[in-house]
Amino acid sequence: MTALAFRNLTLGYDALPAVKQLDTQISEGSLTAIVGPNGAGKSTLLKGVTGVLSPIEGQIELNGFVRDDIAYLPQGSDIDRSFPITVTDLVAMGLWREIGSFGWLTRGHRARIDEAIAAVGLTGLGKRAIGSLSGGQMQRALFARLLLQDARLVLLDEPFTAIDARTMADLLQVIANWHAEGRTVVAVLHDFETVKDHFPQTLMLARELVDHGPTTRVMTSENQMRARQMCEACEAAPHICGKSAA
Amino acid sequence: MIWDALIEPFAQFGFMRRAMLGCVAIAVGATPVGVFLMLRRMSLTGDAMAHAILPGAAVGFLISGLSLGAMTIGGLIAGMLVALASGFVSRMTALKEDASLAAFYLISLALGVLIVSTRGSNVDLMHVLFGTVLALDNAALILLCSIASLSILTLAILFRPLVLECADPQFLRSVSKLSAVTHLTFLCLVVMNLVAGFHALGTLMAVGIMILPAAGARFWAVGIGGLLGLAMLIAIASSIIGLLLSYHYSLPSGPAIILVAGIVYALSVIFGPVGGLISQNLPRQRTAN
Repeated sequence: MTALAFRNLTLGYDALPAVKQLDTQISEGSLTAIVGPNGAGKSTLLKGVTGVLSPIEGQIELNGFVRDDIAYLPQGSDIDRSFPITVTDLVAMGLWREIGSFGWLTRGHRARIDEAIAAVGLTGLGKRAIGSLSGGQMQRALFARLLLQDARLVLLDEPFTAIDARTMADLLQVIANWHAEGRTVVAVLHDFETVKDHFPQTLMLARELVDHGPTTRVMTSENQMRARQMCEACEAAPHICGKSAA
Repeated sequence: MIWDALIEPFAQFGFMRRAMLGCVAIAVGATPVGVFLMLRRMSLTGDAMAHAILPGAAVGFLISGLSLGAMTIGGLIAGMLVALASGFVSRMTALKEDASLAAFYLISLALGVLIVSTRGSNVDLMHVLFGTVLALDNAALILLCSIASLSILTLAILFRPLVLECADPQFLRSVSKLSAVTHLTFLCLVVMNLVAGFHALGTLMAVGIMILPAAGARFWAVGIGGLLGLAMLIAIASSIIGLLLSYHYSLPSGPAIILVAGIVYALSVIFGPVGGLISQNLPRQRTAN
């Protein structure tokens, strides 16, 4: 069953397409990596799915999903690390859809917060200010928040940038658990080895679709070369590139 | 001795009690707003908006003289206009927000002084610029207390989205549609409290009671709750000490209050355990990491 369908989708900024005429679909319960060269439109595609960015052309169909079913971890999250809140406070934000502006944190909520903190390996750090966390610990805390969001569709934009190998292994395990629970996970990634080892499906993007399917089929050197050439061609003449799509 | 120094001025003189009540109302209403301004790195926005109130209040003055209602409404309108206009200029042009704010507040200040001068005297101008905390009448006190109550109530309602909007605005936008409402309501609170502060401390000093206690408290409190409570306490203490100093040494009361808050801030910068100069340079702190 399809979770996400892109129908002739063109997305971009100021009418300049970053993603052009994308026509593919992502199955429910799949674990999909989005790969492609810099400027290929990977992050733009996720912003389109979250609704932050509206399509210039075509549409994104969320089959059976509403926006509340989506959890999104943006690239280089713009969290103010100097803001005086603790890890527990940050993780508790994941309960927003349950408690909103006024709901109390019940004992059950607190237990779930502690469980989420433990699940990402931050036990004992709940009372630490977020400003005192390392980059890896911060990313673990953000994953704990995602755990509490309990979303059916999880979107991750470059979740392993600038974090240590152990943190990455632990967070990959969290992602594998989501997949095992039947959630749909879509992650923008750069590291091809990680994609080959942990993501069964891959969508390769170079503004336009290069290929989408089983990772073993998509991640070929020919596809990678093609993706690079397509992006370079677009960078050389972005306006022509844009007009051809519109 | 202690009675004479600390209690007698308030016990004997109604204008001192009124001044204290007015200052406490401003401290309770404006300081939490100042804490969020500081945490959102919008302290300069507060300053620009405080100056922006001047031409609005001056137009009110031009129409109705030193009328509380006219100057309040004028100040509110002008403050909101500049808050929105400076945001618009920085979003729609190449100018950065700090430059657009500086431009707006300089223009506002010049315009305000010009308008007051065309009709009023130097005394009127001093009243508008530095306030009249020792001459607060019943109507002004009711206004200040009402604004403080409304402000605290609104902050209580908005607290969670406001914290999210400050700490992780992208996340708030992804889970809720409250982001824009929160931002606009917060700007209204800033303007409202600046107008309240303007009546007592004047346009030039109003932002001081908002930002200085917040900035000082940042060096002592770790959590947001402690920060809000401590900032409020610093503001109330600064107000009372400032009023007493102005009474005993015949100093202008508005600047005396702000200077006391300034001294607390300076001491906090040096001695504050949370990122203060001394704590930052302790070898123990460095080796712990």
